[in-house]
Amino acid sequence: MLRLEGLRLSQGSFGLDADVAFPAGGVTALMGASGSGKSTLLAAIAGFLDPAAGRIVIEGADVTDLAPGDRPLSVLFQDQNLFPHLTVAENVGLGLRPDLRLSDDQRAARDRAIARVGLDGMADRLPRDLSGGQQSRAALARALLRGRPWLLLDEPFSALGPALRTEMLALLQETARDENLSVLMVTHAPEDARAVADRTALVADGALSAPVDTATLFADPPPALRAYLG
Amino acid sequence: MGARLGLAAALALAAALLLPLGAVAWRAEGWSGLRPSDWGALWFTLWQAAVSAALSVLLAVPVARALARRRFPGRGAVLLLLGAPFILPVIVAVLGLVAVFGRAGVANVALGWLGIEPVSIYGWQGVILAHVFFNMPLATRLILQGWLALPGERLRLAAALGFTAADTFRRLEWPMLRAIVPGIFLVIFLICTTSFAVALALGGGPGATTVELAIYQAFRFDFDLSRAALLGAMQLALGAAAAALSLRLALPSGFGAGLDRAVPRWDSRGVGLRLQDTLAIALACVFLLLPMLLVLVEGALHVTALPRVAWEGALRSLVMALASAALTAGMALPMAMAAVRRGGGAVETVGTLSIAASPLVLGTGLFILLLPVTNPVDMALPVTVFVNVILALPFALRALIPAMRTLQADYGRLAASLGLVGFAWLRLVAVPRLGRPLGFACGLTAALSAGDLGVIALFASPDRGTLPLVLYQLMGSYRMEEAKAAALVLVLMSLGLFWLFERGGRHVET
Repeated sequence: MLRLEGLRLSQGSFGLDADVAFPAGGVTALMGASGSGKSTLLAAIAGFLDPAAGRIVIEGADVTDLAPGDRPLSVLFQDQNLFPHLTVAENVGLGLRPDLRLSDDQRAARDRAIARVGLDGMADRLPRDLSGGQQSRAALARALLRGRPWLLLDEPFSALGPALRTEMLALLQETARDENLSVLMVTHAPEDARAVADRTALVADGALSAPVDTATLFADPPPALRAYLG
Repeated sequence: MGARLGLAAALALAAALLLPLGAVAWRAEGWSGLRPSDWGALWFTLWQAAVSAALSVLLAVPVARALARRRFPGRGAVLLLLGAPFILPVIVAVLGLVAVFGRAGVANVALGWLGIEPVSIYGWQGVILAHVFFNMPLATRLILQGWLALPGERLRLAAALGFTAADTFRRLEWPMLRAIVPGIFLVIFLICTTSFAVALALGGGPGATTVELAIYQAFRFDFDLSRAALLGAMQLALGAAAAALSLRLALPSGFGAGLDRAVPRWDSRGVGLRLQDTLAIALACVFLLLPMLLVLVEGALHVTALPRVAWEGALRSLVMALASAALTAGMALPMAMAAVRRGGGAVETVGTLSIAASPLVLGTGLFILLLPVTNPVDMALPVTVFVNVILALPFALRALIPAMRTLQADYGRLAASLGLVGFAWLRLVAVPRLGRPLGFACGLTAALSAGDLGVIALFASPDRGTLPLVLYQLMGSYRMEEAKAAALVLVLMSLGLFWLFERGGRHVET
């Protein structure tokens, strides 16, 4: 369970209130128009933005004051998920030990994670020698390896073409289920939410609404969603 | 953690600046301790700096204009040549100027053919000549930046309206010059007010002694510590006044990135203008190259005659250069980390403050501080390294902070989300990603430190000198051939260290 208790974010004239609980397991989509503050909300949960008020509680523990790397979660950004001067193996290995001093067991675990996302034989390549989809897979492998219970994604795979994006979303859904990860995914694309999200929460008019079963939500859209879908 | 280290480094730097200055202020007792000649030194410092800066800028304008509007094979080499004096050891350049303009130099021989009495390089004219040698290239590069910043669209518009070269000058170039030249003048003025090695080698005596040189003389010849401190306070006041003045002017920044393009021009195709530009560039090249060639070629012929003391000095200089580079990098890297964090502006300010510090004042202060504890002469080499690091840090920070800012913007969140902080971050991200600016900073520090003739002259005993000091002593005893051989070794070491670090940095980054 990831709970936002009386959370208030403010940046200049922008403000967002959230008092919502996300159940563990499965994929939850955070949907809203651009500028609605969904990425800001994700940044606050990940620890890059201090809230003006309220608490962030994950699995019963208050994480509001923890550094980003100490929170029980991993993040995939829109881009810049890999260090360009480190190989795939090193980039993934950072998920186990940020100083990369890996034991033999850890090396084996790293190689399993690389294989799990279908990057066998590419461990020694630099990111610039990978395709966009392969780069996303490497970042996903690292998130799996870290083994944190929550995975946050900000407009994931948005730089990929439609076919690749669908493929990556499917891989994400499948691995999250296998590894028992709870996924929170920011997206502006309704088709992404419908494709993989068990639940969807709307960010609109400076507030976050509670997550609702995605199918139910789209079957009978509330006014805010209707306005967004057009 | 790294940023906290950076804050500590900034505090240490502030202390390293303030403690010696405090010691100088404490030992300086009332202006009545000054002799008339000391006020003469202040006057000379001011007017020679003003004349040097004015001449440097005036001579730089035609060269910069020629480089801005001409493309020709070898243009890159000319730009490189204009950058070289910055890392050229001062004493080597002085030796070269003596070879050209000295009593037996090329210039006086030519004057002799014309039946004109030889002109001496020793005195105020030599000091100014050397300052122009060092600062005309700097001014050229900075003014060239302004020229290349003229929008191409506006030059195209000027061409469409049929502007002549004179029209372009009045409408576009003159306003640009008026905006940037005062700042450049001030920077060079500042550099010339802290001149020591040039004045030591070519000046001296009434009418050609700078305040820095007067500190050295009070110290070394009269061993009058309180008068040295008084003169230090005078130099300090001079620096503070200049720094206050500089806050009101936009100072030029950077080392001249992106000078390798020439703006297309349509107004300068006439034969007369071509001749004028060719002449400006050729004269500048001869002025910069001839002294160097005379020293280095003759030095190569006599390098086997180098006395043992010169090789020992070379070894000392090499060790000091490497120590300075390592310490500067070790301080600048965490300071740059701290500077790009929230509230890091103070760190940046401390880092740039030390640019106004004068090596001789710092040296005097350190001497006063060390005297009760130990024999300062034994500490000559560590003290010199210390002062070199302080003087090199502003340049290192200027290279590192913008790169660090970009790195933070690109990968700061990723690193934070992985808990990649502190030394692991330095090792895995900062050093590999900042190879170029780091290599540049280390190379610059090593070159400046190897060629430095400042505090070392204040402290060292003759038998424990660095290579620049040995070179100065050889020059002083008119052993010119050996001096030139020592100059060759020194140039190879300074430029070699710069080149090695620079290349190393590029290699790490790719």
